[in-house]
Amino acid sequence: MDIAQLKVQAKKIRRDIIKMLGEAGSGHPGGSLSATDLMTGLFFNTLRHRPKEPHWPGRDRFVLSKGHCAPVLYACLAESGYFPLAQLLTLRQLGSCLQGHPSCQDVSGVEVSTGSLGMGLSVAVGLALGAKLDQKDVRVFCLVGDGELQEGQIWEATMSASHYRLDNLCCIVDNNDLQIDGRVKEVMNIYPLADKFKAFGWQAIEIEGHDLKQILAAYAAAARSKEKPTVIIARTVKGKGVSFMEDQEDWHGKAPNKELTAKALKELE
Amino acid sequence: MEKKATRYGYSEALIEMGAVNKNIVALDADLSRSTSSELFKNKFPERFFNIGVAEQNLLGVAAGLSLMGKIPFASTYSVFASGRAWEQLRTTICYSNLNVKIGGSHGGVLTGPDGASHQALEEFALTRVLPNLTVLVPCDFLEAKKATLAAAEIKGPVYIRLGREPLPILTTRETPFIPGQGLLMKEGKDITIIACGSLVFESLQAAVLLEKENINARVINIHTLKPLDEKIIIAAARETGAIITAEEHEIYGGLGSAVSEVVVKNYPAPVEMVGLEDTFGTSGSPEELMRFFHLKDTDIVIAVKKVLARKG
Ligand SMILES: Cc1ncc(C[n+]2csc(CCOP(=O)(O)OP(=O)(O)O)c2C)c(N)n1
Ligand SMILES: [Mg+2]
Repeated sequence: MDIAQLKVQAKKIRRDIIKMLGEAGSGHPGGSLSATDLMTGLFFNTLRHRPKEPHWPGRDRFVLSKGHCAPVLYACLAESGYFPLAQLLTLRQLGSCLQGHPSCQDVSGVEVSTGSLGMGLSVAVGLALGAKLDQKDVRVFCLVGDGELQEGQIWEATMSASHYRLDNLCCIVDNNDLQIDGRVKEVMNIYPLADKFKAFGWQAIEIEGHDLKQILAAYAAAARSKEKPTVIIARTVKGKGVSFMEDQEDWHGKAPNKELTAKALKELE
Repeated sequence: MEKKATRYGYSEALIEMGAVNKNIVALDADLSRSTSSELFKNKFPERFFNIGVAEQNLLGVAAGLSLMGKIPFASTYSVFASGRAWEQLRTTICYSNLNVKIGGSHGGVLTGPDGASHQALEEFALTRVLPNLTVLVPCDFLEAKKATLAAAEIKGPVYIRLGREPLPILTTRETPFIPGQGLLMKEGKDITIIACGSLVFESLQAAVLLEKENINARVINIHTLKPLDEKIIIAAARETGAIITAEEHEIYGGLGSAVSEVVVKNYPAPVEMVGLEDTFGTSGSPEELMRFFHLKDTDIVIAVKKVLARKG
């Protein structure tokens, strides 16, 4: 897809997210919406995958480390053709394969189960290491939250990625600057981010995380990295695209009611 | 009797498999000399990954490798493998049902002078509650080797409890090892001693002492804590009417609990438990600690008499 098509696709994904959450009555809109453009650029432009053949060995791998943003992943998977769009409306219901947090045993396209923060990047390191071991041309992407960076395991993984020179690994930080209890800096300061990753031996790229041109350029730059893993620090707005959710910490983990769902969908027309 | 530590059974199996299967990879967290995974590294340096002192990442990276079709064996001390990285084991590995094998070495008080911080006495409790996970507790070097070979054949996560201290080799190369099937070590009709790991040897010794007092004890080696061989336990309860469990581990949540759950549900019979009771370990020589914590054959004999008095 080109940029114009991606923009249309991103809007669809945002609508899917709102519809799913409205129907489910619970879930995490803020971080799903902030990551939507990053995820759209990845799934509909950069990632080499075959939705009809989810276990194709040559596929690039994606790990959603911030598993609470399952809605944006499910929407991307459904919109790509992994499963029917109608299934999105079963999110979080008893018997649904769309668990509140992604379960790889239940959904094709989910590489590993997540939901407990801090764990995904290590798995991505293992995936990238495995690809290197077999000299496979496989890229590995991992989306993490900025609050999630407070987890110690993230830095264990970061250290090991550069140690093993995993230039096929790209970590995307959804830098919406909010976590549950407030501003990231106030809860537990993580900044300066680029300097931290650089000190850990990574290439760091800072972009505007809702600018698809910058997003695609960053993914391309990551592909050209030699010896070093790449982190893309994407400045985003939590709740992006829905005015009353934008940059509001209380829209981290609650679903819109009927009225607000309608209002949000109207804004996303 | 020849003695050798179970951790060497682990690495010997790894090397054997590594020679024929290039998908076998090993990882460690700066303890490769202690766990003996270093022996694999020496043979196959390109397939060994030191993750440094970072056990959570150790299990996460192993998870990723398994997703790329590798059969990763990740080793470290069992306190860290089952404790420090428990949630990684739970959510990343077991919930995803990944083909990751974990070698937890230095389990139990036989770890010796390093003391409580390094003596895993909780790992059975921590691992046997995890769905999809197979938990193996070999009793000697040969069984540890077979357990490690078997682990590679099992599709899904496997935890293997290994030890530092040389243990008498009780089994032979021919002794079968079928995961999930307890092993009858000695027939008997008056009482059954169900043991795992280092306590299998003590139980066999205890059975010899008991014979002198005309008590005919059956001894079962439960090398697979999960899935547990319920059949062999129920048969023991029915046929011998009383049970002793023996483990180098906390009885609460450990083998004692596991066996009792089966017994009370299926064929209630008196059970006594030999093991540590709501306590941490302590520094000392391995042999001293076995005595200090009442894990010796003579302690098993005392427990047998207690349970026989209850048998009625
Ligand atoms: C280990 C762990 N601790 C706590 C939580 C609960 N939790 C869910 S989301 C969240 C905040 C995450 O903030 P951030 O990473 O910035 O995510 P985003 O803003 O992108 O939604 C927390 C603490 C969790 N899921 N996992
Ligand atoms: Mg955030």
